[in-house]
Amino acid sequence: KAAQDAFRLGSPWRRMDASERGVLLNKLADLIERDRVYITSLETLDNGKPYHVAFNADLNLVIKCYRYYAGWADKIEGKTVPVAGDFFAYTRREPVGVCGQIIPWNFPLLMQAWKLGPALACGNVVVMKVAEQTPLTALYIAHLAREAGFPPGVINIIPGYGPTAGGAIASHMDVDKLAFTGSTEVGQIVAQAAAQSNLKRVTLELGGKSPNIVLADADMEQAVETSHFALYFNQGQCCCAGSRTFVEEKIYDEFVERSAERAKKRTVGNPFDLTNEQGPQVDQEQTDKIMSYIKSGKEQGAKLVAGGNKMGDKGYFIEPTVFADVKDEMKIAQEEIFGPVQTILKFKDMDELIERCHKTIYGLAAAVQTKDLEKALHLSNTLRAGTVWVNCFDVFDASMPFGGYKMSGNGRELGEYGLEAYSEVKSVVIKIPQKNS
Amino acid sequence: MAQFPPPIRNPEVKFTKLFINNEFVDSVSGKTFPTINPTNGQKICDVSEGDKADIDKAVESAKAAFKLGSPWRRMDASKRGALLYKVAQLMERDAQYLGSLETLDNGKPYMNAFGEMMFSANMLKYYAGSADKVGGKTIPVDGDYMCYTRHEPVGICGAVIPWNYPVCMFALKLAPALACGNVIIFKPAEQTPLTALYMAALCKEAGIPAGVVNVVNGYGPTAGAAITAHPEVDKIAFTGSTEVGQIILQASGATNIKRTTLELGGKSPNVVMDDADIDSAAAWSHEAVMTNMGQCCVAGSRTFVHEKIYDKFVAKSRELAQQRTCGDPYEMTTKNGPQVDKEQYSKILELIDAGKKEGARVECGGEAAGGDGFFIKPTVFSGVQDNMRIAKEEIFGPVQQIFKFSSLDEVIERANATHYGLGAAIFTSNIDTAMMFVQGVRAGTVWVNCYNPPCYQAPFGGFKMSGLGREMGEYNLSQYQEIKTVMIKIPQKNS
Repeated sequence: KAAQDAFRLGSPWRRMDASERGVLLNKLADLIERDRVYITSLETLDNGKPYHVAFNADLNLVIKCYRYYAGWADKIEGKTVPVAGDFFAYTRREPVGVCGQIIPWNFPLLMQAWKLGPALACGNVVVMKVAEQTPLTALYIAHLAREAGFPPGVINIIPGYGPTAGGAIASHMDVDKLAFTGSTEVGQIVAQAAAQSNLKRVTLELGGKSPNIVLADADMEQAVETSHFALYFNQGQCCCAGSRTFVEEKIYDEFVERSAERAKKRTVGNPFDLTNEQGPQVDQEQTDKIMSYIKSGKEQGAKLVAGGNKMGDKGYFIEPTVFADVKDEMKIAQEEIFGPVQTILKFKDMDELIERCHKTIYGLAAAVQTKDLEKALHLSNTLRAGTVWVNCFDVFDASMPFGGYKMSGNGRELGEYGLEAYSEVKSVVIKIPQKNS
Repeated sequence: MAQFPPPIRNPEVKFTKLFINNEFVDSVSGKTFPTINPTNGQKICDVSEGDKADIDKAVESAKAAFKLGSPWRRMDASKRGALLYKVAQLMERDAQYLGSLETLDNGKPYMNAFGEMMFSANMLKYYAGSADKVGGKTIPVDGDYMCYTRHEPVGICGAVIPWNYPVCMFALKLAPALACGNVIIFKPAEQTPLTALYMAALCKEAGIPAGVVNVVNGYGPTAGAAITAHPEVDKIAFTGSTEVGQIILQASGATNIKRTTLELGGKSPNVVMDDADIDSAAAWSHEAVMTNMGQCCVAGSRTFVHEKIYDKFVAKSRELAQQRTCGDPYEMTTKNGPQVDKEQYSKILELIDAGKKEGARVECGGEAAGGDGFFIKPTVFSGVQDNMRIAKEEIFGPVQQIFKFSSLDEVIERANATHYGLGAAIFTSNIDTAMMFVQGVRAGTVWVNCYNPPCYQAPFGGFKMSGLGREMGEYNLSQYQEIKTVMIKIPQKNS
């Protein structure tokens, strides 16, 4: 109701110059910068990610995302179109309306920014259900949004649980669009609810089991480090984690040895301690799930070369774990673990490799570590994945679209493409006495 | 009207030298020239006068800033945007001073000058937002190739800007040029050199690297010509008269084929139909030609009024012109300040004289306002015929020409009977009339039931001899970029 009221024809938000929406988004970014230390600390408290990572990576991307979309606000243009006949025709890109946004716990602030940025730039109003594991920072951002001057009702934040609050949004008859980031299973549930209720437009960012390919000609040291980062970043709690490390047979043994060594050196502990690379997993449920995958890995015959245990008896800490000699059919090679468990698989032949990369319901990301120009371009252009990284991993920019092929999702976030889901195109055709070119 | 701070009546001039490589320096020759306050005809101060030697220095500085691997070339596009945004914020901080300085040097009412500072800041913010959104494409070509385009900066840009909106013109060239990663050398108008120097100081304060922005004040035939002839200046953006535009375009061709955009003069038709809201139309039409003392390239300087409402409209226009107060531009009640200098002042009076001699009727004004400074009374001519000088030549003063017409087809033809084509407007309540006029008139911008509301998101520029290319909006960006196509052979192309 609050959102609908803020969106009614003639409201301050509807009458606002598009450029002014941009000014408000920039103002929000300014305020986040002002309170960066506090906000980062709150994020680390609620999520467990190391403070220095949250400060340098998460907050950096958050601020840039708001500023990026601030710049789009008055550049969302329609077209005039030379149709047949005596008509003047143009398109308008209008806001979709009330956007229901359900965000996860792994990057609370960043996921909020990815959703609010484009939605607000396009003039929509938002009802956001934040993850029950990490509700705090989103509420603080809402407080800053009010300080920035967003009119009442434009941004609404509801902490709550999936089946209740989330379900209510997905099946609400007056929510025009749903954006969901989370697991593939829940993605399927909300998509159905959306269809059964009012056919709300749906975009989904779901899970992944992204292949990270290391070719024999790669710089070994860099490849090991990049692959380590690809999996362990954010305690392994990344939808696009490089969770199937495919290594060319020739360098396999050395790669496994170095990766195990690197994993053993990874510092784990209190996330407020600036020397720690890894903090706790987000909660007990995730911890239990990860431990059960580690158990399955052992049972199905993968070779444990590092870690494998919980750490300490307070909090949700798990040792950086590495499995070698992993086979495609093993659970740890097929299912999303969402924890600090690296699985390393061997390959010999390029064509066979591509097929194996594709043998998954997922298609979120992929990466190639190689110096060879042709192989790099061939793999980049061939792998069925929404983002392909070459000689790097997890490089994000507000201007690059991100999203999944297949069951990793539907639609793209970020970049110019990210605006499409947040506008509704209207065609206007006016009869005129005589059309001239 | 929004609240804004009062003017600083005698703002201190802080910068008078040339700005090269983020430093204020004397000209190589040591020469200076005076800048005059048009409100009283008195000299404000002397500023450094640049010539070819200074342009050469500026080009060297710009080249160094643009070198492959330089901080500017390596900078994230989003960071370029952040720098532009910072300049905008500094303009907002200093708008009271900057607006007061603009009024001192140009004579425009402070009310308008202040508004222009805020408008220019907003325009900078617009292009700040564009910086990281101006990439190329990947393209599905035939054969086993991967193809993409890079939108690279065009390189060293020369900007020769006029005196009628000094700060706006500075911002209008600075913003898209820097958003696209270029480096720029300004040659501001000799009549109004001061605010460009202050803007340069703000650019430095914002953190724009040395050599990216340079300002060389001086005269057209010397400093201006030096930029247009320099073989290493890649692009020229010129705003000014059509005559000089032709000279510049020839120079571009004769030297290194500089990419050239021009914003030139106009004699824009403003059509008032018999079904228009007469009061509203008269008010808009009055501002259309009188704003900025008529010193506007897109002034609605040919007001075509339907015969059915002609007398009523002329009476209203006369009333509005008589009410347009001349006086000290620092006074909030002043709407009409002085013309920018003696040369303009004399030219306008000469054309007013021609109007009288050729038989147009003076409804009001028609003469200088007297006193110190270059003031001319807001003037309305009725009974103007298409072949009169005041109907054909750009006056650039507070002089309204009112013509009579009887049909839409006729007025579209008469509107188009000019080598200009910058703006046009129609006042009507009929949708068909509006649509037909919009299609038929050959002008870069057409307004319906309004005239020149300021907005920087919409492209602006001229058909025919009113210009080449478009400024503002997204369309402007392509003029500050050079497209590079890249084709890479790959083993096997797949869709």
